Amino acid sequence: MDKYGTVGVASAQAPVPGRWRDFFDGDVFYSFKHSPAVMIAAAITFLCIFAALLAPWVAPHNPFDLKTLNLLDAFTPPSWTAKGNPTYLLGTDDQGRDVLSTIIFGSRMSLLVGLLATLLAMAIGVSLGLVAGYAGGKIDAFIMRVADIQLSFPAILIALLVDGLARVALPREMHDQVALYVLVLAIAASGWVRYARTVRGSTLVERNKEYVQAARVIGRHPLAIMFTHVLPNALGPVLVLVTLHIGEAIITEATLSFLGVGVPPTQPSLGTLIRIGNDFLFSGEWWILVFPGGALVLLVLSINVLGDWLRDALNPKLR
Amino acid sequence: MIAFVIRRLLQGVIVMLVVGFIAFSLFNFVGDPVSLMLPPEATQVDRENMRAALGLDKPFYRQFATFIGNAAQGNFGISLRLGRPVSTLLVERLPATLELAIAAALIGLFVGIPVGVYTALNRDSWISRVMLTTSLIGVSLPNFLIGIFLILIFAVWLGILPSFGRGDTTMVGFWSTGLLTVSGLKALVLPSITLGFFPVTLIMRLVRSEMLEVLRTDYIKFARARGLPTRTINFGHALKNTLVPVITITGLQLGGIIAFAIITETVFQWPGMGLLFIQAVQFADIPVMAAYLCLIGFIFVLINLVVDILYYVVDPRLRIERGPGGGH
Repeated sequence: MDKYGTVGVASAQAPVPGRWRDFFDGDVFYSFKHSPAVMIAAAITFLCIFAALLAPWVAPHNPFDLKTLNLLDAFTPPSWTAKGNPTYLLGTDDQGRDVLSTIIFGSRMSLLVGLLATLLAMAIGVSLGLVAGYAGGKIDAFIMRVADIQLSFPAILIALLVDGLARVALPREMHDQVALYVLVLAIAASGWVRYARTVRGSTLVERNKEYVQAARVIGRHPLAIMFTHVLPNALGPVLVLVTLHIGEAIITEATLSFLGVGVPPTQPSLGTLIRIGNDFLFSGEWWILVFPGGALVLLVLSINVLGDWLRDALNPKLR
Repeated sequence: MIAFVIRRLLQGVIVMLVVGFIAFSLFNFVGDPVSLMLPPEATQVDRENMRAALGLDKPFYRQFATFIGNAAQGNFGISLRLGRPVSTLLVERLPATLELAIAAALIGLFVGIPVGVYTALNRDSWISRVMLTTSLIGVSLPNFLIGIFLILIFAVWLGILPSFGRGDTTMVGFWSTGLLTVSGLKALVLPSITLGFFPVTLIMRLVRSEMLEVLRTDYIKFARARGLPTRTINFGHALKNTLVPVITITGLQLGGIIAFAIITETVFQWPGMGLLFIQAVQFADIPVMAAYLCLIGFIFVLINLVVDILYYVVDPRLRIERGPGGGH
């Protein structure tokens, strides 16, 4: 954004500030305007984020307020079917909770865990990648060897193991309180390698450039050089990785919650809702399962389409 | 070659030691086994005797060595949940998981390769676009959701395929197989499709991009100029040269398939090792968790080792760069 800064000041009188006009005239926005799939994906993603942020106000019911729940309303089919009730648009589950509201609160949880896990993975991976690339030698060899070994195991297995081990290690009464943090940590631990590899690669290139040598000559601390000088120049590809990782983190979270080792049952995510719906698969209450499942697919698909598009739009070779 | 294999072997041994250490430390998390095994009225002397009998009075590294020794012989103790030796449990469950994983890998190869070739040869046909879009959706679909939707359609709505279990199995030696009965084969259909979905999309994309690359090379152009039939060029020349990376990736994926089998087995209540493991995690059944950890670690190390060696054998460039006096 910095390189647009001066342009923005020069054309301050224009109806659209220069920085924004550059953005709307730029290649990235052009490719956005000309692919309807990406626009739909962006709309769905922002709708989900908006609904998740404002869940207590947007959701038609509060599914976790026991006072408003009525067991007589349990298993109401969606409102357009013969036995439906217009109060519950997508029907209710086994405890009489409005399915639409549980989906909104559930996607809030899924997005939260996905986002936190991605950011934590990025923080760990970027730091280790910087250190490995800048320090070189034995530290580099050790970090990258660990990364290689971890990469040969699938992420879901690592997350499952970290989560399973933490469950065994912690006393039972603490589970529900810390389950969320354990989950975030488990998903982050399974996803840091990609960041470390990318940042290490860019750091190896950057560390021999003159500005880094200059910083070293004037005696700045190596950590300061890494994080204030090298990092900003190694961050570009990381942002694309983040977008593509969020969808994966949400899937991992949903899978762990579905297996019953994810978020605590008091704060369901989309995966927990699917787990609940799975119990009613054979008794004909398909809506308890199909709607949360559809919501999860739609959310992840939209984020992935956006990530794919961002990767291509920011890659000058593909223009 | 020998130095390369030895280095890889050493690395594998180190990984196995780390995995073994994690599994070993699991046992130390769950409190004192002595107090679990003795009645509450036991005296201090009883406790000391018990500790000595279990080897718990020895230093840490000696205990670890004993654990590794036992683990190498397949002795992981007794399941806390089921009260039976863990090794027996795993041997019972292994055939189910392996049959499922191999069926999924075969689906991956026999669907993924033809579709990949087709989409590479007919880049602009609408079928190719549908295939590619489906594969993008497939990547966004969590594995367990594919399984649940398949159950909903084929077991609940259409009612033509079973939704859980292995069907009737027959024993061939110690190996219980579901492949010899009709109900066993029918039970295998939905789980193997679920598990095979990801390998199909992966192999299809891989074959497609490799094919596109190979079709641009000079020797394909030369083959065309010689007037060879298109069929021979596409399959005899182009496809053959894309298969090396495909086989390596599929090999590496086999480990991933076994890991993903945990999810598929949970969805379909398939009586394999994955289901055993997930139940062990939920019940904090340490011996089973430790044994599964070691077994899966061993499978992964073995697969990586074999794939590395195959790579070395297949790709001459790796040999030339390391060999004395070689190079360009």
